[in-house]
Amino acid sequence: MTAAAPTVAKVAGRTTSRAGRSGSVAWMALPALAIFLVFGIVPLVGVLLLSFTQWDGLGAIHPAGISNWRSVLSDPGLPHALFVTFEIMILSWAVQTPMSLLLGVFLAGRQRYRAFLAVLYFVPLLLSSAAIAITYKALLDPNFGLGAGLHLDFLAQDWLGKTNLAIGVVIFVVSWQFIPFHSLIYQGGVRQIPTTMYEAASIDGAGRVRQFFSITLPQLKYTIITSSTLMVVGSLTFFDLIFVLTAGGPGDATRVLALDMYKRGFQANLMGPASVIAVLLVLIGLALALILRRLGGSTTASQQEGA
Amino acid sequence: MTTSRRNFLRLTAGSAAIAAGLSACGTSGPKSSGSSSEAGATGSGATYWFLTGQPQQAIREAQVKRFNDANPDTKLKTNEFQNDAFKQKIKTAIGAGQGPTLIWGWGGGGLKAYVEAGQVEDLTDWLNKDQAELKSSIFPSAFTAATVNGKIYAVPGETVTPIVLFYDKRAFEKIGAEPPKSWQDIMSLVPRFNEKGIAPFSLGGQSRWTNMMWLEFLFDRIGGSEVFQNIFDGKKDGWSDPSALKALEEMQNLIKANGFIKGFSSITADSNADQALLYTGKAAMMLHGAWTYGGMKGSGKDFVTGGHLGYMNFPPYEGGKGDPSDTVGNPGQYMSISAKATQAEKDTAKKFIATNTLDDATVDAWVKSGSIPVVKSAKDKLSSITDKNDAEWLNFVYDTAANAKNFAQSWDQALSPTAAETLLDNIAKLFQLSISPQQFADSMNGVIGK
Repeated sequence: MTAAAPTVAKVAGRTTSRAGRSGSVAWMALPALAIFLVFGIVPLVGVLLLSFTQWDGLGAIHPAGISNWRSVLSDPGLPHALFVTFEIMILSWAVQTPMSLLLGVFLAGRQRYRAFLAVLYFVPLLLSSAAIAITYKALLDPNFGLGAGLHLDFLAQDWLGKTNLAIGVVIFVVSWQFIPFHSLIYQGGVRQIPTTMYEAASIDGAGRVRQFFSITLPQLKYTIITSSTLMVVGSLTFFDLIFVLTAGGPGDATRVLALDMYKRGFQANLMGPASVIAVLLVLIGLALALILRRLGGSTTASQQEGA
Repeated sequence: MTTSRRNFLRLTAGSAAIAAGLSACGTSGPKSSGSSSEAGATGSGATYWFLTGQPQQAIREAQVKRFNDANPDTKLKTNEFQNDAFKQKIKTAIGAGQGPTLIWGWGGGGLKAYVEAGQVEDLTDWLNKDQAELKSSIFPSAFTAATVNGKIYAVPGETVTPIVLFYDKRAFEKIGAEPPKSWQDIMSLVPRFNEKGIAPFSLGGQSRWTNMMWLEFLFDRIGGSEVFQNIFDGKKDGWSDPSALKALEEMQNLIKANGFIKGFSSITADSNADQALLYTGKAAMMLHGAWTYGGMKGSGKDFVTGGHLGYMNFPPYEGGKGDPSDTVGNPGQYMSISAKATQAEKDTAKKFIATNTLDDATVDAWVKSGSIPVVKSAKDKLSSITDKNDAEWLNFVYDTAANAKNFAQSWDQALSPTAAETLLDNIAKLFQLSISPQQFADSMNGVIGK
């Protein structure tokens, strides 16, 4: 850290000129800011306002006070939808993280065949969720699917028609789709770790497993947090996949919040209550992102400290 | 896209693709021809918006062409939309006072919403006085879904598609039985089919509205058509009518007796897997819309052409109050006139309805395309059908629709979207056996009149 001191001094000495320069380029942020305002903030405020109104999408919008909030918050369906949302979030995180981590570490090697495998593993991410859902639905069909076709009785289950199985299938398909992406993040993270650390560890006699737990894992702390944030916040918006795969069923076993919002808003024509759920989703997403940031600590400089 | 019965029905209803000429149906992706002009309801002449998708689209285009050729001074301008785009657009456009003069729709709960928002013309007097002949040519049952509070707000047009009990004659030969003559017969057939390893009924339960067709018939056969009519009219606690509870209980009895194919709650109707179960011999019977005939004919190899497909109206319930001639399904498609249009535009639209929507050429075209149009004169056209199976089928559909004392509109379209969504949710749970008939009735009573 000795080299840092003069730099800091230099920067401090030029504060004024710097501020002036950055002021002159601040306008460059305007397009981004405008887009964020128009497509991010305005709809958000719109939805917030809509949550206090009664509207069927056709006639006039009537103010409804807090009645939507009261009815949604007292709806027994809400705790269930919340539970399913968190269930899928936590379980899919628990499945994806170790697998992506191991795959990422494996793929970080430089051998040529690994590059080939990396491409292969990446394929699921290139497919649209709807296509994936339709494919899996066909494969899992109890009468015409894989199990029936190959005469494998254990595969010919009523996969999407039984509560627990359906949740399991959703988590499996979500993981199948997103593990490639998170493996890629971990692969990048692992390649950032200086090889000198591993060389030093080898000299000290540490084996592969020891190296993994003592060097790789701690060094990947921020990668894990980044990847987890993406998984957790992303899982709040799982919609297309579940919508096509199970449509929230059987019964309402896989009815997550995002699906609940869609069904209320666009199928039942209840825009007010749907907006309440949209606002709840935003709040939950923000809260989760903040919590995960806290877990990661606030500075980003300490990771390479030991190097 | 997948869950919506409304989508599916609206795409396929009316097409009911049969006859050789229809082999393309079912795969015909609707062409997207979004609105190019912002021709609203004001000033610029009468407009008509309708759906794309063959063979209906060509028939509608031909109607407009004939009208415009005959009336060069008051031409009707059209915009064609894909099903989903139409549903979004028409609602927003009407809400914003930018809707077309002539509104194509499905009647029932949707029409009621337009009426309540004061958006559509009352056509009662016009139909009763000026167009008495047109009115009397249409199946009377088609008017129910066009009527709100005793007044007619839409003219039924296009085609009828009742729900029919299909069966595989080969399956009945295998167990040496006759098609069911009553609900009690159905219940006694169930164990016999199961013994032979044939599922009694195919069902695409994930689509939810498929399950609903069963309740529609059971309610009618046990309690008569007034049970649902009371619910539709908003009568308090209509869902806990003793006949309704009895019907719900019988429904669960059939499910508990393994009446439906294994895994039915994960099968969707959109993929036509339920039809495939019937024509591949895995299931013996299927309750489904008349529109599935074309699909089974197209994909089922010799199932239809070989004469293996049987069909009948839903059998009566012994001791039930319902009229066994009653049916349910889609009694027609509907045209309303915007209340916001100018008088000249309204006149043009009325003239079009009167002269070109159910005229001889149109009726002929519908029958040729394999559907029964909503008019009595359709019967005369049936003799021109050469294919024996098709002729028999079309006659059956005609008779079912024409003889029905009551042709009830599918519940999810008759009710408001809000009530319909609650209904479908609860039906899914009822079929999962996760709620009891009483619980079903209780939660449905909560949305009566909403």
